[in-house]
Amino acid sequence: MRVRVWLTALLLGGWLAVGSAWGIDPFEFATPELRERFYRLNDELRCPKCQNQNLAGSNAEIAEDLRSEVYRLLNEGRTDAEIKSYLVERYGDYILYRPPLSARTLALWLTPPLLLFVAVFALVLLVRKHRLAASTQSGVGLDQAERERLARLLAQEQADKAQRRSAE
Amino acid sequence: MKRWLLFVPLLVFAALMTLLWRGLALDPTAMPSALIDKPLPAFALPALHDPGQIVTQHDISGEVALLNVWATWCPPCAIEHPYLVELAEQQQVPIIGVDYKDTDQEALQWLERRGNPYKVVLADREGRLGLDLGVFGAPETYVLDRSGVIRYRHVGIVDDKVWANTLQPLVEQLRREASVP
Repeated sequence: MRVRVWLTALLLGGWLAVGSAWGIDPFEFATPELRERFYRLNDELRCPKCQNQNLAGSNAEIAEDLRSEVYRLLNEGRTDAEIKSYLVERYGDYILYRPPLSARTLALWLTPPLLLFVAVFALVLLVRKHRLAASTQSGVGLDQAERERLARLLAQEQADKAQRRSAE
Repeated sequence: MKRWLLFVPLLVFAALMTLLWRGLALDPTAMPSALIDKPLPAFALPALHDPGQIVTQHDISGEVALLNVWATWCPPCAIEHPYLVELAEQQQVPIIGVDYKDTDQEALQWLERRGNPYKVVLADREGRLGLDLGVFGAPETYVLDRSGVIRYRHVGIVDDKVWANTLQPLVEQLRREASVP
């Protein structure tokens, strides 16, 4: 029991330690606000070489260089917007994980919610059609007169069966 | 039920197939340069072969040229290099070298061994010019027009096919352009 507790503690501790071990670069920050902005910017900037990773997570040399650059610009007192546009000037819109909303990126931004809307709309139509089919109005179900006739036929069959059995 | 509605899934499929087919031909890693039609970024770098001499962007402009970003630690650059030497020997177009994040000593030795196709080599030791150009992987070759404006970037090795199909036509077209007074 004791061993288990120890192992769990070790595992969790190790996990936490890895989680908080941010980055390969030992950057010093004057204020916690600067550090926050640094982390946030690196999360939102794409590594130009390993293009599925952000600057925070990439080991590529260009990512290291760009992190240093972000650090330098932050310490110069630039705003987040200025830093982003500095990098976009050099690397293009693609370096931002959140592309700006412009005429070119309109299709990129609008298509997912548009597709979702179309899908939901189609689903609603389908469900309504199904419901209508299940009701008597489309003629697939039985109306009152038909139900009574069915009941009579069934009753008749029961009566016939009973008669035959008694006759045997 | 309207007959034509039955064809909608087929049409959607056809549209999707067209999009995806085109997508197969696209290069997902292609990052068009943000500097197309913009002037070469300002810089002041020592010339590799004469560190006392500082070269700026003004010294570069005046003729259509290629700007080749390379380094000794970059294997594809070694593969590309002989073709650049060949281009230089044929005197097709002046090639300016940017030695990106390298050591002068190693770069000089490298060029000594393999030949020097460059009109001048800029020692971009810190990589600042590379960063300003938006370099993300060497080798990269930029095509500059007469005014020192970047007109095209090729990421990767320049070989005879790249030259014949892409760079040479562009260089010739730029040469025919009247220079801006």
